[in-house]
This record gives sequence, structure tokens and C-alpha cells, in this order.
Amino acid sequence: MTVISVVDVKKSFGKTEVLKGISLNIKKNEVVSIIGPSGSGKSTLLRSMIKLEEINSGSIIIDGEALVENGKYAKPQNVKNMIAKMGMVFQHFNLFPHLTVRENLEIAPNMAKMGTKAEIRQRSEALLAKVGLRDWMDAFPGNLSGGQKQRVAIARALMMEPEILLFDEPTSALDPELTVEVLQVMKELAKEKMTMIVVTHEMGFAKEVSTKSIFMDQGEVVEEGKPDQLFTSPQHERTKAFLKRNLK
Amino acid sequence: MSLDYIMTLLKPMLEGAQITVLLFIIAIIASIPLGFLLTLAARSKIKPLSWFAHTYIYVMRGTPLLLQLLFICFGLPMLPVVGEYLVLDRFVAAALGFILNYAAYFAEIFRGGLISIDKGQYEAAHVLGLNRWQTMTRIIIPQMIRVALPAIANESITLVKDTALLYAVAVPELLHFAQTAVNRDFTIMPFFLAGIIYLLMTLVLSFIFKWIERRFRYA
Ligand SMILES: Nc1ncnc2c1ncn2[C@@H]1O[C@H](COP(=O)(O)OP(=O)(O)O)[C@@H](O)[C@H]1O
Ligand SMILES: [Mg+2]
Repeated sequence: MTVISVVDVKKSFGKTEVLKGISLNIKKNEVVSIIGPSGSGKSTLLRSMIKLEEINSGSIIIDGEALVENGKYAKPQNVKNMIAKMGMVFQHFNLFPHLTVRENLEIAPNMAKMGTKAEIRQRSEALLAKVGLRDWMDAFPGNLSGGQKQRVAIARALMMEPEILLFDEPTSALDPELTVEVLQVMKELAKEKMTMIVVTHEMGFAKEVSTKSIFMDQGEVVEEGKPDQLFTSPQHERTKAFLKRNLK
Repeated sequence: MSLDYIMTLLKPMLEGAQITVLLFIIAIIASIPLGFLLTLAARSKIKPLSWFAHTYIYVMRGTPLLLQLLFICFGLPMLPVVGEYLVLDRFVAAALGFILNYAAYFAEIFRGGLISIDKGQYEAAHVLGLNRWQTMTRIIIPQMIRVALPAIANESITLVKDTALLYAVAVPELLHFAQTAVNRDFTIMPFFLAGIIYLLMTLVLSFIFKWIERRFRYA
């Protein structure tokens, strides 16, 4: 079952076209890794799916409903409902520094009245336990390591019970030893069949965990396929050159 | 110089200080929210609104407060046709002047506070489904206030001292009574007393802001 389909999406910043007609399909329970050189439009594509960027033309269909169809966006209420099906984790975490870890998790579900205060509290405790941060509930983000921050950010996204999780280079701001703990949480989610789209430089993660890899370059999807195929026998010169540079 | 003399000096001066405090409270309570509205207007996508706010801030910060006070107290009533309806009570007119002037300074402080907030905060709020109002009130404004607090504290202390400008528009406040006593008794004692009272007021205010800053501190 397709949960996101992107059809001929184009996006420019000023005169530079950053997405030059991107099409792809993402199925339920897939873990899709998006790789490619920096500046190739990976973030812009991911951000367009959750309307952090507005595209110029093309369509993005979420769960069978058009977020944007031929460049025309759905009504605000419908957009809101579609965005609610997705969660997003950022490279720089974007935790709310003035709120405790617990408050970071609970603010959005409380605002959305997703349950009683007690229910939401229970969920936040369970999710913090899941990411190994039960003891840090009352800490402020400023007192956490990068790896801990990112795990809080993942738990915060999960609080909204998303069907799809988007990750934009979730480990790029982390030291290697902290990367592991974040990837561990993501592997856990993959095992639980969470649908995930992950922009990453972690070739190991892409190879081992993802069920599909997409290689982007200069605003285009150059090649996509099963990771073992794409990584061991890439079809395009650009993919080969990129992998040669990035696989050790 | 007897204690009795000091007491007789203090009585009117403390009454004058009440006017000072009253003006301070009115000005601060009105100009902070007004300043924040100005900041929002300045950032608005509606061009005329943004243009108005910028011009307003520029003019209010670019001309002396004393001139603005004189204008409101003595200038407005001289305007043709509408002037006769603009004769305000001196204190009211002065309070209005302080509010309009300080709102511009606070607007500038808030603008700096808003600029300092990372756009990732808005993005996180967006993907979590917070609407604009929730994003502003729960995420942005609390962080903005923390950033702006030291500057707000500074501006507030300046405001206490600026209340002495009431003297120029003949509203009897602290300084007015001190000056009267100096002229009458040929002693500079009243000026010392006035200085001490101002110091006490700014000291209390600093303590209040230190306390608020501690409340807003997070790791
Ligand atoms: N807000 C923006 N304004 C202008 N140019 C942008 C903006 N965001 C991204 N770009 C440009 O778009 C291109 C693609 O960026 P991005 O999607 O971040 O690539 P990637 O994530 O693959 O590194 C880059 O050339 C970048 O400079
Ligand atoms: Mg990027």
C-alpha cells in the first residue's frame, strides 16, 4: 500500500531549480534511505512532503489524499490532517529549550487534546523509557548530549502517533560514538515496521536497515532500488562515483 | 540639620514619588504590550502596516522624549480646529507621551529577541501540528522574553529616571518638590534626598528583574 507518492515535483528557490521533476512512491512499512551529495535537494524534497517548503508544481499524495495536486494545495484543515500523519526529526534536533524533556513530549499532544493529561503523561513516560531516557524527564534539553537530544526528538515525534516518520540527517550533527545510540533507536522502529524516510550520510545504516535506497543528484532521482543492489551494482555513473567517494 | 527638618522635606517628596511610581507603572504596563504589537506590525507581510510601524519606531527613537512630551502637553492644543479637544490633563498627557515613546523602545528590544530565535523552533512547532497562536504563545514568546529580559530591565530603569521629565511639563513629582525646597531653604539637602529615593526605586526594580530573570532561566 502506497502511503506517499510524489509526482513530478518541481521546486525553485529564486532562479535555481532545486527539484527538477521528482517522482517516487513510498509504501507502508518501508524504510527508505535517500542518499546523495550535499546540495542535491534531499532536504528540500523531505521538507516538501510535510509542507515546510511549498513546491511550484507537481503533486504529493499522502495516504491517497492530495496534499498538493498539480501545484495546488489542499484546504488548510485538510493540510493539517495530512501533516498530522507524519512526524519529522531534524538534524539539529530543534527541541524547545525552555521546556523540560517531558514538556517537549507533551506540549503538542496536549494542545491537540489527544487524550487526558494523565494518558499523555503515561505515554510520554513510556516513550522516554523506550529511548532510554526515563531518568531525564525533568531535565532541560540544554543539559543533554547530542545523542540524548536526538532520542528525545524521536520520542517527541512518536507522541503524535505518526504513520510516517521523516528524518533529515538525524546523526550528522553527532559525534560517532553518539550516532550509534540514535541509529539503535531507529533500527528498533524499523523492526516495529514504522514507515520511515531517512535522508542520511550513514551508508552502513542505509545498507543494513533500509528496504529501499534512493540516490539523488542535482535535483533528480538518479537511481533507486534495493540497497544491496544499489550499493553493490549501481547502474549509473553518477551513483558509482558517489558511492566510490562515500563507501569505505 | 535636624531629623525634623528632613521629615518635613520628605513628606511632600514622598508624595511626589507616588506620582513617579504611578507614572512608571502605567507606562510600563501599557508600553510593553503596545511595543510587542508594534514588533508584530513591523514584521507583518501587510506592507503599509509594516511601513507604519517602522516609521513610528524610527521617529519615536530618533527625537527627544522631552520634545514629544512638550508636543503632547503644549503643542496638540495649538493645532487648528481639533486643538481645543486635545487639551488633556497634564498627567494624562505625560503618561500618554511616555507610553508612546517607550513602546517604540520595547518594540526594538522585542524585535531583537524574535530575530534571535532559530527558525528550527517554528519548523518543529509546524511538524508537531501547533497552530500559529500556539506556536507564538507557547514556543516563541517565552524564549523571546528570556532573551529580551536584560534589555527590558535596563529600559525600565531608564524609565524610572526619565519620569523626572515630568518636571518640565509641570506635573508635581518628586523632583519638583525637591527643587521647591532647595529654592526655599537654600540647602542642597533635598537634592540628596531625591537622589536617594531614585536610587531606592531603581534598586527595588533591579531586584524584581533579577527575580524574574531567575524564573525564566533554563539550562
Ligand atoms: N531556503 C532556501 N533558500 C535558497 N536556497 C535554498 C534554500 N534551501 C535550500 N536551498 C538550496 O537548494 C539546494 C538544495 O538544498 P538541499 O535540499 O538542502 O540539499 P541537500 O539536503 O541534498 O544537501 C542547495 O543548492 C541549497 O543551497
Ligand atoms: Mg540536507
